[in-house]
Amino acid sequence: MSVNKDTFDPDRDANYDFQSAGKPETGWAKSDQLPDSLVPTHCSFCGVQCGMYLRVSNGQVTGVEPRDYPHNRGALCPKGVVAYQQVNHPDRLRYPLIRRGGKGGKLERASWDEALDYIVSRWQALQQQHGKDSVAVYSGSSMTNEKCYLMGKFARVGLGTRHIDYNGRLCMSSAGVAYAKAFGLDRAPFPMTDIPETNCILIAGSNVAECFPVMMQWLWRARDNGAKLIVMDPRETPTARTADLWLPLRPGTDVAILNAMLRYVIAEGLTDETYIASRTRDWDKVKAAVEPYTPELAERIAGVPAKRIIAAAEIFGRAPRSMVMHARGIEHSTHGVDNCLACINLSLARGQVGKHGGGVMMITGQGNGQGGREVGQKANQLPGYRHIDVLEERQEVAEVWGIPESEIPGEGAAATEMVKLMATGEIKSCLVICSNLMVSLPDNAVVARALDNLDPLIVIDFFMSETAERADVVLPGSVWCEDEGTTTNLEGRVVKINRAADPPGEGKRDWEIICELARRLGRGQFFDFHSSRDIFDELRRASKGGVADYAGITWEKIDRQSGVFWPCKTADDPGSPHLFTERFAHKDGLARFHPIVYTPAAEEPNESFPLRLTTGRVVYHYLSGNQTRRLGFLNSQAPEPWVEIHPSAAKRFGIVHEDRVRVRTPRGHMELKAIVVPTIRPDTIFVPFHYGHDGAVNQLTNPAVEPTVKIPEYKVCAAIVERIDSPLPTGEQHATENLTSVNAPKMFPYTVGETKGPAETHGKEF
Amino acid sequence: MSIDTLFVDPSRCIGCRACEAACRECDSHKGESMIMVDFIDRGLSVATQPTVCMHCESPVAPCAQVCPVLAILITPEGVVQQADASRCIACRNCVYACPFGVPKIDLSGRLMKKCNLCYDRTSQDLQPWCAQACPTDALWYGTYEQFTHERNGAAVRQTDFGTQAVRTRVYHVLPADGSRLQVGANTDGAVRAGEVSQEEEPWVL
Repeated sequence: MSVNKDTFDPDRDANYDFQSAGKPETGWAKSDQLPDSLVPTHCSFCGVQCGMYLRVSNGQVTGVEPRDYPHNRGALCPKGVVAYQQVNHPDRLRYPLIRRGGKGGKLERASWDEALDYIVSRWQALQQQHGKDSVAVYSGSSMTNEKCYLMGKFARVGLGTRHIDYNGRLCMSSAGVAYAKAFGLDRAPFPMTDIPETNCILIAGSNVAECFPVMMQWLWRARDNGAKLIVMDPRETPTARTADLWLPLRPGTDVAILNAMLRYVIAEGLTDETYIASRTRDWDKVKAAVEPYTPELAERIAGVPAKRIIAAAEIFGRAPRSMVMHARGIEHSTHGVDNCLACINLSLARGQVGKHGGGVMMITGQGNGQGGREVGQKANQLPGYRHIDVLEERQEVAEVWGIPESEIPGEGAAATEMVKLMATGEIKSCLVICSNLMVSLPDNAVVARALDNLDPLIVIDFFMSETAERADVVLPGSVWCEDEGTTTNLEGRVVKINRAADPPGEGKRDWEIICELARRLGRGQFFDFHSSRDIFDELRRASKGGVADYAGITWEKIDRQSGVFWPCKTADDPGSPHLFTERFAHKDGLARFHPIVYTPAAEEPNESFPLRLTTGRVVYHYLSGNQTRRLGFLNSQAPEPWVEIHPSAAKRFGIVHEDRVRVRTPRGHMELKAIVVPTIRPDTIFVPFHYGHDGAVNQLTNPAVEPTVKIPEYKVCAAIVERIDSPLPTGEQHATENLTSVNAPKMFPYTVGETKGPAETHGKEF
Repeated sequence: MSIDTLFVDPSRCIGCRACEAACRECDSHKGESMIMVDFIDRGLSVATQPTVCMHCESPVAPCAQVCPVLAILITPEGVVQQADASRCIACRNCVYACPFGVPKIDLSGRLMKKCNLCYDRTSQDLQPWCAQACPTDALWYGTYEQFTHERNGAAVRQTDFGTQAVRTRVYHVLPADGSRLQVGANTDGAVRAGEVSQEEEPWVL
């Protein structure tokens, strides 16, 4: 498989300049030009938010230089190295576009006035005729806190609609709610720089190497200090490859293994009884709940030898300090909250949470995945993690916004529910920013119908995404380094993004577009912002006293301290890198155990669909790939999706390495190149999800969602791989459906988006 | 006295090619990477390996020794430079002489190209771009003493090709119990492609 040849190969971008091939401008033409300045900032991509310098010459971004920041120490992954090439990319959107001929017409160049006036007149007409909630906002988390905050305020104050949600729904909502339930606060409780202090790392459902490459240096520092690494993953990923123990479980069966490990820890007397008694509640319920999970039962459910589950429990249970890390692998599930709670149970039982060098850490994925979910763009939240259904918290925010409390709408539909409302016509228009629904939402045939039902669909983006292609109005926005503001990384560290360039052509900064829309809607007095710093200052006031308190964070303090961890309540508060050291965030200061039982995935294999399809990432791409698929170096490494299949399964289905094959699920089918490799379970296939159109694996995935937080089950559905020349079956075929239209949790509308018990609707207590 | 040099640890390589992307950003050869990352055998494993100039010390730079026009120069610090563009005749002798397969020929420019250990950066006490960027420290830059103080694994600078030993400025990192890097010597007990060892219990049920 080696591609290492004696010559520079012009077709291989990896060792050759691709500028001549019409790829992005890199600034290399001016390679002899030294930069006028180095702008300190952070990467635009994942939740690690690596520090970097951008090289700027004559107002143009021309390159990147390493920046020694506490959590990345100058390292960058390939996405980070080439991130700067987005700035002057030839594909950048440079002026507003309108589909003048209506649906089916072409997107044509328009002036800002024409575009904005059209949007505002349509919105006003729709809201007058069908009510405020007929217009929705679908936001995202790969942008600054300032923008995320503004989107929440714009929906509720500018538009007065209840329907605002964001793409973090597809990403972190299950982990967020699990942490809020268990600890009363949703944030990873320790910084990455603590990782070398631990003795054991259990990773459940995260390919850290490809999704958070720069985090690997911290795992290795721990391993250099003697820590053991256990990885639960159906694939032998680069993370699992060198682990001390790899548990190649069936997708969707994590709880069986986690509970069996906890049962073993209890049976061996390895629980920390003092900690459990003094710092937690409801331990007895969990003890009883895990009792049935013998290693043998876990072996039957998860398909991993009982001996290895015991070995994992031995290593984890006897480590004086241990960390559990988890990410989308367990969170993208119809029982995602349970999966995270099972991890938390394990860590609490060992008395690790709040201990130096121990604890449980969710690895937030998106660039600002942490900040995006706490500044008030979530369907059920107001800034500072305030609840939209708690009167006092509504009043606090209403006061900052200068509107009566009664004017703040109630809770709206979750992102996954919005699609249903668009399809049924209840939502008539939607403003999409920082999201690419056609690639990111499951079962995207339904998404296409929903989006085409909107009139108008408005997309703010800087590249023509698969979603923008369907829009009636496309507004050119800014890439990350054309604006300034803050993001909050996966540690809860608030960092500062600095401006290095201006948007090209007629492009505007996103917050300017939103404020202008608000002005034209006649709500300008609430959006009188002259800079993103103005927005940050209002965000600080709006989050003051909330769980995610930014009141004491200033841009200057971020520079001075190399990032500030929230909560940071006052000017002299240095922030909180370590949480839960003395008490948890619940009113009584105690953590909650939650008894968890194994529930099978919504859809499971049967004779018609004998395999489990799981989806995931490639190191070269970020989310829907709208950015990274345009960057030559990254795209040339992984230009199209593929399906990974085990040699024994390939033999069974008559498939040869690099064949084009058909992957089919009850939703549809697609053609992919088969990669026959032994690094995956024989009953599981894997397809990366970063691609659009025919390459979108979300043509196949199951739209079933977690009943409370509505996160879709991307990580497991039933599938079959077929030779391309085999005939398609006639008539409908079904997989085993554990959740059907009859027993599935009801989608919107019901009283609130996230189903809650009475305790939750009457206060912050979960 | 200890020198700053590169340490290459393939066990940590995740195949992300950040080193290639970063190498292309170097001011002296924009757009061209002098480091290569390869899957060792994707049909068996996700294992990957970066290949970078080892800067041979003894015998000193085989590539330079076979250069008929003395185009490949060595700095006083012992860093083997890319062929001098004004001298190189693109004869490929260096390509064939290199025991590690490092020098590449740029057909359009008729030039040999290879890693200079980021001479422009290292001479100013910066790290080479590849090691600076590497997110896993599979490529690491520093002294031998620092390395052994901070990290596990045996750093070796001698590679045995049959009876010919080559000592290099750049280190390879072997597992802690390894001491010699013998090319072609360790394959006896290895599992061949497609074979499954009968003794091992299955990992997957």
